[in-house]
Amino acid sequence: MLADLSVFVLSLLIGFEVISKVPVTLHTPLMSAANSIHGIIVVGAMVLAASVDTPLGYVLAFLAAAFAAANVVGGYVVTGRMLKMFRSRR
Amino acid sequence: MITVIQLVYLASATCFVVGLHLMNSPATAGRGNLVSAAGMGAGVLATVLLIIRSGMITTTGWAVLLAGIAVGSVAGLLSARTVRMTAMPQLVSLFNAVGGGAAALVAVGDVLRGTGAGAPVALDVAIGAVTFTGSLVAAGKLQGLVPAQPVVLTGARAINLALVLVMVVGGVSLAVFGPNPLVTTVVGVAALAFGVTMVMPIGGADMPVVISLLNAFTGTAVAMAGFVIHNDMLIIAGALVGASGTILTKLMATAMNRSLASIVIGGFGTGDDSGPLTAEPTARVREVAADDAAIQLAYADRIVVVPGYGLAAAQAQHEVRELAEVLENRGVTVSYAIHPVAGRMPGHMNVLLAEANVPYSQLRDMEEANPDFARTDVVLVVGANDVTNPAARRPGTPVSGMPILDVDRAKSVIVIKRSMGHGYAGIDNELYTNPKTGMFFADAKAGLASLTAAVKTLA
Repeated sequence: MLADLSVFVLSLLIGFEVISKVPVTLHTPLMSAANSIHGIIVVGAMVLAASVDTPLGYVLAFLAAAFAAANVVGGYVVTGRMLKMFRSRR
Repeated sequence: MITVIQLVYLASATCFVVGLHLMNSPATAGRGNLVSAAGMGAGVLATVLLIIRSGMITTTGWAVLLAGIAVGSVAGLLSARTVRMTAMPQLVSLFNAVGGGAAALVAVGDVLRGTGAGAPVALDVAIGAVTFTGSLVAAGKLQGLVPAQPVVLTGARAINLALVLVMVVGGVSLAVFGPNPLVTTVVGVAALAFGVTMVMPIGGADMPVVISLLNAFTGTAVAMAGFVIHNDMLIIAGALVGASGTILTKLMATAMNRSLASIVIGGFGTGDDSGPLTAEPTARVREVAADDAAIQLAYADRIVVVPGYGLAAAQAQHEVRELAEVLENRGVTVSYAIHPVAGRMPGHMNVLLAEANVPYSQLRDMEEANPDFARTDVVLVVGANDVTNPAARRPGTPVSGMPILDVDRAKSVIVIKRSMGHGYAGIDNELYTNPKTGMFFADAKAGLASLTAAVKTLA
């Protein structure tokens, strides 16, 4: 638990450091990219699906997997689509 | 084998950090997205190995998992492919909702198995559920399905207080006595209700702050899910998103001159705290016609365009770029000054202009643009209001202290606007009555098109 907490706090600090360097121009793609990253909860959904054996458990696992997959796939695709629009010269 | 999986997780987390780092320039941002996606792919593959190796998963478990992933992927792909750039804030909100919802479900599933520690479960369920309904309401407001005006229920404060109390008492009991399905459900339901009652009273103009805040919430919920299932990769990824959301929330709140507390408590735009409305009669404004405005623009050396949400609402990004191109062909230098809250989410206007093929080298943020206004011949304000009001520089007005674009320091100003209507702050814009300002009353799209046509007729 304490080790997990250390990881959490240090990651927050890295996040602040890295993200404060992102220019305003890219704030919408940044938020969209951060959005895709929290799709990593799909790993949680997979672990959940591997451990349930009741109907209720299966329903929870299905919903979690569907939500997380929409988050991952949609997030990366739309971020990529947006970033393609940023060009230096026409 | 476990060591290998852990190493892959570490590599995934590294990819996320590097991916975000590459977002610090438009030239490398695309690569950053790919690096981040590669990290995601590796993390998922390692987890497939992990659950095969554990041997616990049932055949039904596989079927449910694959079906869920297939349904979610198709839905995500279709929405990401078809969304219009003006509707990005809604989509980001929806992804916040599903991310937070998935994090809450993972904790609920963990409680059903009777494992895990209580405190992270409580935090995960509470934050995840608030994010889920809160983001859905925010998306609904942005899409116009839910009234954008602040909706204040009678006794809302008492209801909110009661809901928070239920969440705190339930959460503490989970932390002290360990996970319990009934208490977890109570906390979850209270949090779902609180998500609705928290976002309903917030006005449409405050949405950039709300989306950023809910983004920070989602990240935190995912990090908590990492505590629940003991997965460092989730903790790292969640913390990164939490940090990003927090920074953007702070930037947006500062740019709107509002404290986070006053936004969440709500009531902006209801008029009760916007001070006495101006007592003196509206001073005369100088009106200009398309031909005169076109001559002013065509014979200038340096022009700055100030786009606001009105431009996006009228879908006039392409018209503004056409006008800029015609002027550039005449040798005029054109750039765009973009206020942080020009749009419905952080950086939204930049994306809308990029979609219209405006090169990002012409986009200036507020700090870059302000020192240059004094050397600018003409500023063309399209659909922006409060963020150009010089009244913000003196105390005693509803916009006082709000960071603004110093448009009034330019040699002359042309404002394209449909009427003399007020912005969200509900006060007169002193820029409009400034003698060097010409008001061109027109719809953004039609007005820009007529300016372009008029410039083209000049030799």
